[in-house]
Amino acid sequence: MNGMHGWDWEIGRREIADLSRWKAEYKAVHETCVSPDGERIAAPVRTGETEFGLCENGELWEGEFDKVWYARYTPDGRLTALVSEMGEWTLAVDGAAWEERFEFLWDPRFSKEGGHITAVGQKGRKYYAVTDGVPWEEGFDNLTNLTQSPDGSHAAAAVQIIPMTEGEIFKFQAGVYTVAVDGQPWPRNFVNVWEMSFSPDGKRVAAEVRINLYDYTIVVDGVPWDTVFKTVWKPVFSPSGDEVTAPVRANGKWTLARNGALLWKRGYTQLWHHAYSPDGSKIAAIVAPKYGRWTVAVDDTPWNLTFGDLVTDLVISPDGGRAGCVGKEKERWSVVVDGKRWYGDYDMAWGPVFSADGRRAAAKVETKKTYGILLDGKPLPEMDGFEVLWSPVFSPDGDRLLVRGIREGAYIREVISIS
Amino acid sequence: MTETVIRSRKIKEKKRVYPPRRPVPDLGLDKGAEKLTPERIESTIRSVLDNETGARLKVYVDTCAHCGLCSEACHFFWSHDGDPSYSPAGKVKQTISEIVKKKGKVDADFIRGAAEIAYTECNLCRRCSMYCPFGIDIAYMMLTVRRIAHLLGVVPQYIQDTAHSHSATMNQMWVKDDEWIDSLLWQEEEAAEEIPELRIPLEKEGADILYSVIGPEPKFRAQLIYQAAVIMHEAGVDWTMPATPGWDNSDMCMYTGDNEMMGRLKKVHFETAMRLKNKRIVMGECGHAFRSIFDMGNRWLAWKMPPIPVTHAIEFYAELFRDKKIKVKKKFEKPVTLHDPCNIVRGRGLHEMARYVVNEICTDFIEMHPNREHNFCCSAGGGVINTGPPFRNKRVEGNRIKAEQLFAAKSKGAQVVIAPCHNCHGGLEDIIHHYNLKMELKFLGDIIYEVMER
Ligand code: SF4
Ligand code: SF4
Repeated sequence: MNGMHGWDWEIGRREIADLSRWKAEYKAVHETCVSPDGERIAAPVRTGETEFGLCENGELWEGEFDKVWYARYTPDGRLTALVSEMGEWTLAVDGAAWEERFEFLWDPRFSKEGGHITAVGQKGRKYYAVTDGVPWEEGFDNLTNLTQSPDGSHAAAAVQIIPMTEGEIFKFQAGVYTVAVDGQPWPRNFVNVWEMSFSPDGKRVAAEVRINLYDYTIVVDGVPWDTVFKTVWKPVFSPSGDEVTAPVRANGKWTLARNGALLWKRGYTQLWHHAYSPDGSKIAAIVAPKYGRWTVAVDDTPWNLTFGDLVTDLVISPDGGRAGCVGKEKERWSVVVDGKRWYGDYDMAWGPVFSADGRRAAAKVETKKTYGILLDGKPLPEMDGFEVLWSPVFSPDGDRLLVRGIREGAYIREVISIS
Repeated sequence: MTETVIRSRKIKEKKRVYPPRRPVPDLGLDKGAEKLTPERIESTIRSVLDNETGARLKVYVDTCAHCGLCSEACHFFWSHDGDPSYSPAGKVKQTISEIVKKKGKVDADFIRGAAEIAYTECNLCRRCSMYCPFGIDIAYMMLTVRRIAHLLGVVPQYIQDTAHSHSATMNQMWVKDDEWIDSLLWQEEEAAEEIPELRIPLEKEGADILYSVIGPEPKFRAQLIYQAAVIMHEAGVDWTMPATPGWDNSDMCMYTGDNEMMGRLKKVHFETAMRLKNKRIVMGECGHAFRSIFDMGNRWLAWKMPPIPVTHAIEFYAELFRDKKIKVKKKFEKPVTLHDPCNIVRGRGLHEMARYVVNEICTDFIEMHPNREHNFCCSAGGGVINTGPPFRNKRVEGNRIKAEQLFAAKSKGAQVVIAPCHNCHGGLEDIIHHYNLKMELKFLGDIIYEVMER
């Protein structure tokens, strides 16, 4: 996150807002969100019988709306919310609404650094990707799986380009969907188009498709791989942008394929959510080495530690050296880093976050509706008992931890030393 | 059972000549069969038998002693006056046995006929397995026929269209992403007129419960979402609904034989709960969706059990009453009877819990017979109702026995049929109408909403 250096990293605790006062002031206070730097907290509030507003650090945004929901901060700290007035929807960003209105607008996405916002808008039964308030020139009969390029300057989605009414099964099977990139559809249609990824430079797109009811493959910039599979999951570009990999099901097993050819030798009962280390030298994925057992495999080698219920939230450290995830066994959730289970099991656990150099890791956990923090494998003393807690953030040097949470109705921002 | 045995004997004694079967015209079946070649049929069947079914199917085919004990289990057999071609073993004989025996060397007409039987004359209700001395799972065999028919592209039009909807929108009814969110906001607004502070919390990370419904709810039965919101509100539970695809727990791909798509749907569903960090999924009153998320879809993905625990509405209501989270103002007074949905009774054993809930909310409960795990299917299940209007009459006429069962309950005074399953609801609605039974039909949620304190 750029700009982190400018955040207040002084050790100490500050109360930012007293939420019990908000609750007394408004008819209802909905779910809160906090800015990445922890300086601000916001929530949609009901101000009248049917009027809504957005409250940030105790101040109400100007204007009232028929509805306000999905309040979220962008990675660069702007507060956004979906708002409606007189049956029209738009996105409000730091108090100013996008000019363009829609019959419906939803699913705002933020680029990695937060500079661009893209959402889906619908008007006149046509569907558009809308970036920073500007919709694509042409609308489509439907639009799903909205995807942004990492820098947010491009958007792609699965779009329906041939009208079809219910029951037209043969028309559907001939293919009515494709991928549109920045509003331009690919020249070829598919039976289905699902998840997709941009290359790191935002110039290329790879998508998972079904070319008939039985054959699945990956399409890169409109050109399908030569090979088809029983099914596939989301493709990802290598950090260099030269290669595309995707989980594929072949010969009754799951494995990883690169540019259409099988890459990993081992077959798995399941394999998905693969991710690269930033330098591209390693690939990790969530796998089931056998039916009903789950773990993470790094470069085709599964960890010894497995879970019976699930593994989720695979994270690779920014330096690429470490991997973490969350696992569940018999309804108890644990945090795992590099194949080792951290202390304790919990009612819920969130994916670990790493310091920039990968040395340190921390995670949010829940026990009986109170939240605490684990640091490098152990509970962090005095950092528990929160009513609401957001995942902690490491300082750029990894020596301090920013904790953002609500205790006894007060939102607190605290920086602690962990050196 | 005694009653069943006596009636069965009567059927056998009759030795009737049964009318010949006539194929029901259907675009999906007819056009699909036209495109088949003997080579495609054989290679597809061989691939399924060699790579997918393995020993299980062979054991079933080899073990069946053709004793006919399963016949008495099937409502189609009863309703067709004991026509053996509608018996479970009869359906197997006309479909998968022949396929296995001939090692896939069957023609397009045969596949079309087998597909019609498997998709429209078997509800995959598993009642027959309880009557077979060897526990042969006929439903599994019919699903294998459907799998082959799917791979050959010979699937009834309406259910195929539903499967297409699932694949394109991740829900059963072609509901677009904005329509889904909009219908939730609308239901919240409606309910807030009754209870101003009521909310349908969308996308609430960390809520204890993800509430999931089936495709038709936002489209045709939005009042059920409203009622669920009121129940959640009064019970004071921490819940949420997603504003993304993954909200629909239903699954017609499981029933067309498109297993790959079944897996994709369940992945999206469970990953929605994982993304929102919900501890469990509470689902509405649906049977087939329960089978998909509790048994078939999760397992296809390699999750032995649902990765996020699933609580069916009946279990959830029972829990709310047991924990006194909702209280009844005045019980429902019209006499009711209860239809036991196959997928949550034979599939999960929720029958006593359902009775506990009924007794908590109703003063006068009249059992229909047979009941609990012996109950007759509604004939809508297994995706049969989703084969649509072309097969409606066949479905309703194929379940005269259910009409008789309902009529018997009515004769004892029942005025209302409770069916805690969407497909059962659709099926029973048609049966009540067709046989002019003049009974009301309700979900448990309808009655809870009506009688609860608020
Ligand atoms: S409808 Fe039910 S009882 Fe009849 S054959 Fe199918 S699974 Fe068996
Ligand atoms: S009861 Fe079992 S063994 Fe007898 S005919 Fe039916 S499936 Fe075959």
